[in-house]
Amino acid sequence: MNKMRESIVMKVHYGTALGAVALVAVHILFRLTQEFSKSLQYESVIANYEFLPYALVLELILVLISIHGFNGLRVILLELKQGRGYEKAVTYGCIAAMVAVIAYGSRTIILASMGMS
Amino acid sequence: MSTTQISEEESQTIVSSPKSIILRISRSNPQTGTAKSFMEFKVPYEKWTTVLDAILEVKKHFDHSVGVRYSCRQATCGSCGMIINGKPRLACFTKIVELNSDVVTVEPMNNFPVIRDLAVNFDRMFSTHKKLKPYIVRDDSEITSKTKEFLQTPEEVEKYIQFSSCIKCGLCNSACPTMATDSSFIGPQALAQAYRYIADSRDKGKNERLKIIDEPHGIWRCHFAGSCSMVCPKGVDPAMGIQLLRGYLLGFRR
Repeated sequence: MNKMRESIVMKVHYGTALGAVALVAVHILFRLTQEFSKSLQYESVIANYEFLPYALVLELILVLISIHGFNGLRVILLELKQGRGYEKAVTYGCIAAMVAVIAYGSRTIILASMGMS
Repeated sequence: MSTTQISEEESQTIVSSPKSIILRISRSNPQTGTAKSFMEFKVPYEKWTTVLDAILEVKKHFDHSVGVRYSCRQATCGSCGMIINGKPRLACFTKIVELNSDVVTVEPMNNFPVIRDLAVNFDRMFSTHKKLKPYIVRDDSEITSKTKEFLQTPEEVEKYIQFSSCIKCGLCNSACPTMATDSSFIGPQALAQAYRYIADSRDKGKNERLKIIDEPHGIWRCHFAGSCSMVCPKGVDPAMGIQLLRGYLLGFRR
């Protein structure tokens, strides 16, 4: 398998950061549509998940932050220590952790949006 | 540790200055397993005395076994880089008076294997430098070209001339925080030289060089701390070169 060039990885890294900032801003603006304490009430939170466009925004935030965060972690770990085996373990470990977090988060979003919480 | 002084008889013939500093020299020898320790010497100085002059004074009068690499004594050869009072500098380009201190501590450069005392091994830096093809890459040459020379406009020269002043002293690599943790990092010296040749209008090796630096321990590991540019004695500004190189990889520059 051809290794992805680091510039492509970093373009994804920067792109996900920008996307996450934009969507988290939308997410925060949604909180302002009602009183902050009310927005955290159980019914409000479930209503957000059941509103499909909002659930999609949450799913996108999850994906963008997971990609950005785990790539950031990979970069930090690669700088701490070097070695072929270690670097492979870090890269594949971060990909696996990212997939696991996205899968678990998506499951939560899907169940909540289907009213199965 | 006791401080060694020049004897009265010697100081009358060699030294006339009443001013003196304590020169603390790091001594170590990894080959014999000698751990790092400091030796102190009281060295007289004048306003023109450089740190290298002081070290050579120590070698001449107190301890000839002090290991130090030097050659031109005019900031051209890049041999005498060392940590002087905590900052990477060229010993021949640093006057004692400008340090404003009665104690001058000299240590080997960081991020380089120590050979002995103040001398470090440059092998890795030179091999990385060589890997980046530090020469004009193109199929034809000035000999085969019809014009016999590759003309450049002043604007084209302006793009890279600052980066061609690099003397390979290694101070930028010594100051780089990424070099301290990532032993595989290409380093600011080689990256700045990659930019120097990529920005040269006569060069055709851009894609080859970009491919070399675009890897997990390449250009993207730079945190833009800017310490490389702070310590460069020739004003090369490797940090700027690295940012300009990133422009090529991100598609902002052609």
